[in-house]
Amino acid sequence: MATTAAPQPKTNRIGLTVLDYRGGKTTLCAGCGHNAISERIIDAFYEMGIAPERVVKMSGIGCSSKSPAYFMGRSHSFNSVHGRMPSVTTGAVLANAKIVALGVSGDGDTASIGIGQFMHLMRRNLPMIYIIEDNGVYGLTKGQFSATADLGSKLKTGVINDLPPIDTCALAIMLGATFVGRSFSGDKRQLHTMLKAALAHRGTVMLDVISPCTTFNDHEGSTKSYKFVKDHEEPLHDLNFVPHFNEIDVDYDPGTCLNVTMHDGSSLHLRKLEEDYDPTNKTEAVKRVMQAHDAEEVLTGVLYLNTTAPNFIDMINMTDQPLATLPESVTRPSRAVLDECMEALR
Amino acid sequence: MATTEFVVHGAEHGAVREPVVNDFSIQVATVNGSGSQSANTVLLRTIFQMGVPVSGKNMFPSNIAGLPTWYTIRASKKGYIARKKEIDFLVAMNPETAREDTMSLASGAAVLYDEPLKLNELRSDVTFYAVPYDKICAAVCSESKLRKLVKNMIYVGVMAQLLRLDMAEVEKALRKQFAKKVKAADLNWNAAKAGYDYAASSLTKADPFTVERMNKTAGMIIIDGNAAAALGCMFAGVTVVTWYPITPSSSLVETLIDYMKEYRVGDDGKATFAIVQAEDELAAIGMVLGAGWAGARSMTATAGPGISLMAEFAGLGYYVEIPGVIWDIQRVGPSTGLPTRTAQGDIEFVAKLSHGDTCHPMLLPCSVAECFTMASDAFDLTEQLQTPVFVMSDLDLGMNNWMSEPFQYPDKPQNRGKVLTAEELQRVGGFARYKDVDGDGIGYRTLPGTDHPQAAWFARGSGHNETSGYSERPDDYANNMDRLAHKFETARTLVPKPEMVRNDGNEVGIIAYGTSHHAVVETLDQLQSEYGVKADYLRLRAYPFTSETHDFVAAHKRIYMIDQNRDAQMLQLLKLDIAIKEIGKLRSVRHYNGLPIDARSITDDIIVQEGK
Repeated sequence: MATTAAPQPKTNRIGLTVLDYRGGKTTLCAGCGHNAISERIIDAFYEMGIAPERVVKMSGIGCSSKSPAYFMGRSHSFNSVHGRMPSVTTGAVLANAKIVALGVSGDGDTASIGIGQFMHLMRRNLPMIYIIEDNGVYGLTKGQFSATADLGSKLKTGVINDLPPIDTCALAIMLGATFVGRSFSGDKRQLHTMLKAALAHRGTVMLDVISPCTTFNDHEGSTKSYKFVKDHEEPLHDLNFVPHFNEIDVDYDPGTCLNVTMHDGSSLHLRKLEEDYDPTNKTEAVKRVMQAHDAEEVLTGVLYLNTTAPNFIDMINMTDQPLATLPESVTRPSRAVLDECMEALR
Repeated sequence: MATTEFVVHGAEHGAVREPVVNDFSIQVATVNGSGSQSANTVLLRTIFQMGVPVSGKNMFPSNIAGLPTWYTIRASKKGYIARKKEIDFLVAMNPETAREDTMSLASGAAVLYDEPLKLNELRSDVTFYAVPYDKICAAVCSESKLRKLVKNMIYVGVMAQLLRLDMAEVEKALRKQFAKKVKAADLNWNAAKAGYDYAASSLTKADPFTVERMNKTAGMIIIDGNAAAALGCMFAGVTVVTWYPITPSSSLVETLIDYMKEYRVGDDGKATFAIVQAEDELAAIGMVLGAGWAGARSMTATAGPGISLMAEFAGLGYYVEIPGVIWDIQRVGPSTGLPTRTAQGDIEFVAKLSHGDTCHPMLLPCSVAECFTMASDAFDLTEQLQTPVFVMSDLDLGMNNWMSEPFQYPDKPQNRGKVLTAEELQRVGGFARYKDVDGDGIGYRTLPGTDHPQAAWFARGSGHNETSGYSERPDDYANNMDRLAHKFETARTLVPKPEMVRNDGNEVGIIAYGTSHHAVVETLDQLQSEYGVKADYLRLRAYPFTSETHDFVAAHKRIYMIDQNRDAQMLQLLKLDIAIKEIGKLRSVRHYNGLPIDARSITDDIIVQEGK
């Protein structure tokens, strides 16, 4: 009698299956964009072969900030306080610069209560991925406007937003983040590619991902609804990512495609849809983002990329072993040093 | 404004006076930004080098230049180093305050003043010495823009002559002060000499105050509490330091930066630490907790307004159970308060910092030596207890110079607390983050980056169960809070114990903490020698209170708690901690005018309450 071997589950380059990257069951609403983003995060970390034990999932407060419980259960996680995830992450990365930090925030957590910490995080170019799951409303408190809501956008209750939005991408570019992108939770391929590229970057990656709130902000008159974003999305380019452990087997025409070598040796190919757009030009990037507002476009893609600026950890020039686990022999100077200090005070 | 609080009229002018040797206080009244700090330090160091116990207190404005500032130097053969309330010798350099400063002196004091101020016309019961500073200045300093700075060194020379200080010691102190600036040292030395010569030729000694050599300071050091804390933190093995500048804590981290650059950079030029100036205190404490969670010995230093901002994160640290050390160099509040004056005003607030049920251990250093040792204590405790630990210094301790025995090298290895490694996890087959395995209320934790599939746990400020899962269950919440309370009981047994001076049969017990200690030591002598009141003394070194404190209260009929705040904050905490029948024993002595506490005020208050 012939036997068939049970099919081996597919594994990534470190021998883990995609199940090893899954988390708890989501408690977010059905259809919430955040769940799609969690799926893309799982796929990207799995495909890049990042050990979940090396990852820290960081968040603040809000629907978005609950989501780290729903992916990568084998990673340490810190659901901190409202708007203050950047500082907690900064401390964690200082303590152990070898960990991969992934922050998940929302538009309220980032652009209102957390705008100060957000801006200073961008300035420092701390190596981390910072995702804003951006739906323009406060979900957990039942549907108030956030500071990324567009001018003229309408709440379910009929209230019109009469203040201009804070563009977190424009801010991030101006302040010093070195990889800034905007995407859409419904644009599976683009977001997936962008996340993999983010994992190849050493510096602050700031991704503003429009992620519709099906319960409070998915209606006619909202500029963060599935329908509105689908109708108004303007991708800057087609993205293709080749990780450092794969061979590049496609030729791209340098006239129509920009090829960027990432920090870990991976390649990001940006096939231009807009001929003149140069994502390495800071001033142009901000200008194009602002033009998109005027044209009511949801401009997506890698808006800005700088692979040469030093990150915060480079600047501090720390020893290679994580500070957290340095032994006492390294962190406590000798008796002779104390004697020397005492002598100078006599 | 005057910094002496009232006038005691004593001996009539002209009466024969006994010499007063090594027991007086000098007050130098200047304008801030005039460079007087160097001159005052030289004066202080000279007395120190002559073997006489000395202390210096700077009473300065929250301003960079142009406002009145006072510096008091106390020489005490008995070794009292608290502020002395009465000023014996005024050096009046500030025209704006000279008159009021002079009028507030006790009869019999002496005044050194700038000749044109004509202070001698104000009173006849103090000794006046006029000095023509501008004339002497012009002779020793050809550059007019430097004269303002050199002027101060002239009074050092005059005072050296009047107090019979050894000019060789003055020169030694001065050259130490200007160690890196030879030209400035020479210029200042000439000014000091010119002042000395002027006094020798033109002034006749008519006050009783002099300095004679003793041998009570040999081998000792002079350092401020913030620098001592910085040294302590470096030797405690701090690795992540975050801060936001705020008076009076800034110099702690600034000094730490200097020390760490010198002694904590490897041969390869790589730092074994990270120091980050944060955007505010919210971020500073957030970084401390992030780093503590990830396993670093992390700390910040701040003062009252920063503590207020840290309240939310303090609750997170308590509830998620993360180590981190917070130095609170207390200043006068509420609100901006008096940023450059001292207080113990944050005690009650810090003990319960944050919303919900929270409680935090506090260490209470009284001296520069304890700033050093309690740094190690704080880091060991915070990692053992897995909770933020506050070190409650104050401006008087942190920013003033204190003499001290040299610091002792830490004698205990670092205690990093209950941290499971990948190997240990493999052996025990997993863990529950908040389970009380050992019965002390303290769970086991793992650090991010631990290479084991069961290492991860979910740090969350929201309700959680033993396995750090999200939970709103009533039993999970209550059990967790009860365990945290039990952990605080464990803290009682781990914090530094109080120091006591006890004799059988004394009815009166005094409890103090922090910088009040130095005044209380003097008060104990005053009570006994002047009033025949014998009192026992307990100095708190930490909160929560330990059993020794409860025993001390039980063993006395009347307990005086010394607080440098209006609301008797430590007394209030003690009330919550002792048996109801003991509460009636508690009496309060409070000092809260922004100036360092003095013995006389405490003695007077106790005597009134004792009905003597």
